[in-house]
Amino acid sequence: MDRRDSFKTILVGTMAGGMLLQSCQTKEEKTALQTSLDNYQYGRTKKEQEHDRKILAESFFTEHEIKTIAVLGNLILPPNEIGSIEKAEVPEFIEFMAKDYPPFQVPLRGGLKNLDRKAQALFNSDFINCSTEQQKSILDEMAWPIPDVPMNEQSMDVQFFNQIKNLTLTGYYTSRVGFDDLGYVGNIPNVWDGVPQEVLDQYDVDYDPEWLAKCIDQSTREAIAKWDDEGNLLN
Amino acid sequence: MQIKKPTKSYDVVIVGSGAGGGMATKVLSEAGLSVAVVEAGPFFDPADPAQKTQLKAPWESPRRGAGTQRPFGDFDSAYGGWEIEGEPYTRVPGTKFDWFRSRMLGGRTNHWGRISLRFGPDDFKRKSIDGLGDNWPISYNDVKPYYDKVDKLIGVFGSKENMPNEPDGFFLPAPKPRLHELFYIKGAQKSKVKVMPSRLSILTKRINEDRGVCFYCNQCSRGCSVYADFSSSSCLVIPAQKASGQIDLYTNSMVHTVTTDQNGKATGVSFINKDDRQDYSIRGKVVVLAASACSSARILLNSKSSQHPNGLGNSSDVVGKYLHDSTGADRMAFIPELIDRKIYNEDGVGGMHVYSPWWLDNKKLDFPRGYHIEVWGGMGQPSYGFGWNPNDLNKFFGLKVGGYGDSLRNDVRKYYGSVIGVSGRGESVPQADNYCEIDPTKVDEFGIPVLRFHYNWTDYERKQAKHMHDTFEEIFYNMGAKVLGNKPTKEQDYGLHAPGRIIHEVGTTRMGDNPNTSVVNKFEQMHEVPNVFIVDGGPFVSQADKNPTWTILALAWRTSEYIIDQLKKQNI
Repeated sequence: MDRRDSFKTILVGTMAGGMLLQSCQTKEEKTALQTSLDNYQYGRTKKEQEHDRKILAESFFTEHEIKTIAVLGNLILPPNEIGSIEKAEVPEFIEFMAKDYPPFQVPLRGGLKNLDRKAQALFNSDFINCSTEQQKSILDEMAWPIPDVPMNEQSMDVQFFNQIKNLTLTGYYTSRVGFDDLGYVGNIPNVWDGVPQEVLDQYDVDYDPEWLAKCIDQSTREAIAKWDDEGNLLN
Repeated sequence: MQIKKPTKSYDVVIVGSGAGGGMATKVLSEAGLSVAVVEAGPFFDPADPAQKTQLKAPWESPRRGAGTQRPFGDFDSAYGGWEIEGEPYTRVPGTKFDWFRSRMLGGRTNHWGRISLRFGPDDFKRKSIDGLGDNWPISYNDVKPYYDKVDKLIGVFGSKENMPNEPDGFFLPAPKPRLHELFYIKGAQKSKVKVMPSRLSILTKRINEDRGVCFYCNQCSRGCSVYADFSSSSCLVIPAQKASGQIDLYTNSMVHTVTTDQNGKATGVSFINKDDRQDYSIRGKVVVLAASACSSARILLNSKSSQHPNGLGNSSDVVGKYLHDSTGADRMAFIPELIDRKIYNEDGVGGMHVYSPWWLDNKKLDFPRGYHIEVWGGMGQPSYGFGWNPNDLNKFFGLKVGGYGDSLRNDVRKYYGSVIGVSGRGESVPQADNYCEIDPTKVDEFGIPVLRFHYNWTDYERKQAKHMHDTFEEIFYNMGAKVLGNKPTKEQDYGLHAPGRIIHEVGTTRMGDNPNTSVVNKFEQMHEVPNVFIVDGGPFVSQADKNPTWTILALAWRTSEYIIDQLKKQNI
């Protein structure tokens, strides 16, 4: 898809844009990133389930584009002992979001193509086939926005990198790998009984005794509440 | 298409199953009356594994919880939103209103913030205080016994504070504040802003054998599978159904008209079944509207007959008028002290553990009505949007923003849990010129004429929003936090959200003693149609800076007892 085409899709509008973009793909290029709806059981209505099913069955990015997204992702957040963007299924997530939120499609596809064009001009190779040093030298020109200028007024390179960076990070940290990397320990049944004492000490804050008297004594949580006529809790 | 002849007759037909409809269902069915509940959405039970979103991790959604399908994200328990496919509404050009609807058993009580505040004595008599709007025809003492009963039936945590306009109730003990809330307390107290434990209908302690106790997952907006928070589905309609054989629940059934006889008295309702798209009618001696303030007004305005040519019970032309929502403005700040903090589970309950009730005297200010402040922040569960612009906060340290590689990983970790937010939620002054009406040019996909909104904020609300931001900045300063973003300007209405965005819209069928200036009487009974009652937010004369749910519940209970009494006396 060339630049003239991408202008055409902008004029045609977002929804039609999505269709046009797909029609550009040849069969061989279709990705194998399709994930089954069975992987996602999270309380959907029938209509929502249909929407997810439809989107999961479609392909948007070509194999080359997905590879580029993965290479970029590994530069943005290099793998460590906990995991990698592949383990966090970031490429699958970005593929899904491009279909779920069509305004992502043109900037992402165009940005990826532009990245290859830069790599060709500088190193006579697609981005993914450049050396890591070469790839980084390209990113160094895109990864630093001009301070105090709103993102939508930054260069298209900066905007593209910012978008792919944000999607990569959000995809990573909303995965099991990302939870572990961050150290997030919530989302499980527990009994909240206040900030740990060593943390209170660290920040020189404390619970005011008068306030604490209004708080639940967790050893009484299972006893059925009883009040006197004035609303004083008896247990 | 033909309207199916009425098949069944009931003592009471209730339209809608949210807070008001749920309470009416419980009280009226327990009194031995036969009840039909007609709900526009599907059956919903937060305990049903097929509908449950509680404790799901973000990766269980292919969009990682993004809000492309549901406005508050993939795991939120609202089937609907400000825009619903096939159910449009319009706005008079140059005015704003966003209308949130939740189509499901329990309605918007499935995802709400559980902030459960009583209106105080002043909140029923604002005109006597500032000369604006109107007084309610009832006072706090009329409602107090019902607030008490609601507290005990449903459960609310809080604390006794002895503040005249923030009445105490029958509280469960509050949860201890989180770390960012301790910072807020410090900043608020230094700014001489009152701060106290919040009041939320979440069970920190058991109240009966049927409902569980909070296990602190922070996800009340997803609905609670052990029923440890209040939603009308789990705490009112479903238990009432189990306790009584007298309730028929019609789901996916959208009421479009109240039917009437030749005397103009209501005989029941007509609705479309969304599954087969056929129209049906059912009969009732009494009709209780609880479809939400604007939906109930829409049903009345669409129920025209020779006896009610201007819509049911609307010869006063007041139906739809005095529509008003709470005001809202928000701000965020960064607490540098909290960078690189120790990570532990601080999920807590679904919402704030502390808040600030209105603490000033409007007589000394340039705006007439107050607001409360809600607090949010902490080490929440990463969801779609987490990690976005991971080192924007670098600018506070003179460091460069941007880059890639392991530095981003460090930045995400470093700033996690260091941002706090506050939201002002205030009282607006109801205006006759803020209204919804039928748009004669449009129908929805069910062939029902749609609503058109006309709503403008006044300087009363704008000045209040300006005061909110001044206060936010002072509190942030006093807690050692750096304000994020610029203070909204006058041209930006000082950051006031569009009307409808706070989802507290009320007032469209307001109560009063005078049938020429109100739609229902002090028992929420229509002046002109004595066997029709309205128990949603429509009858509110003024929406205090409190959230409306607790008052809707208390009034619906009071009205239901009145209905039982009037049926016994054969007055209706």
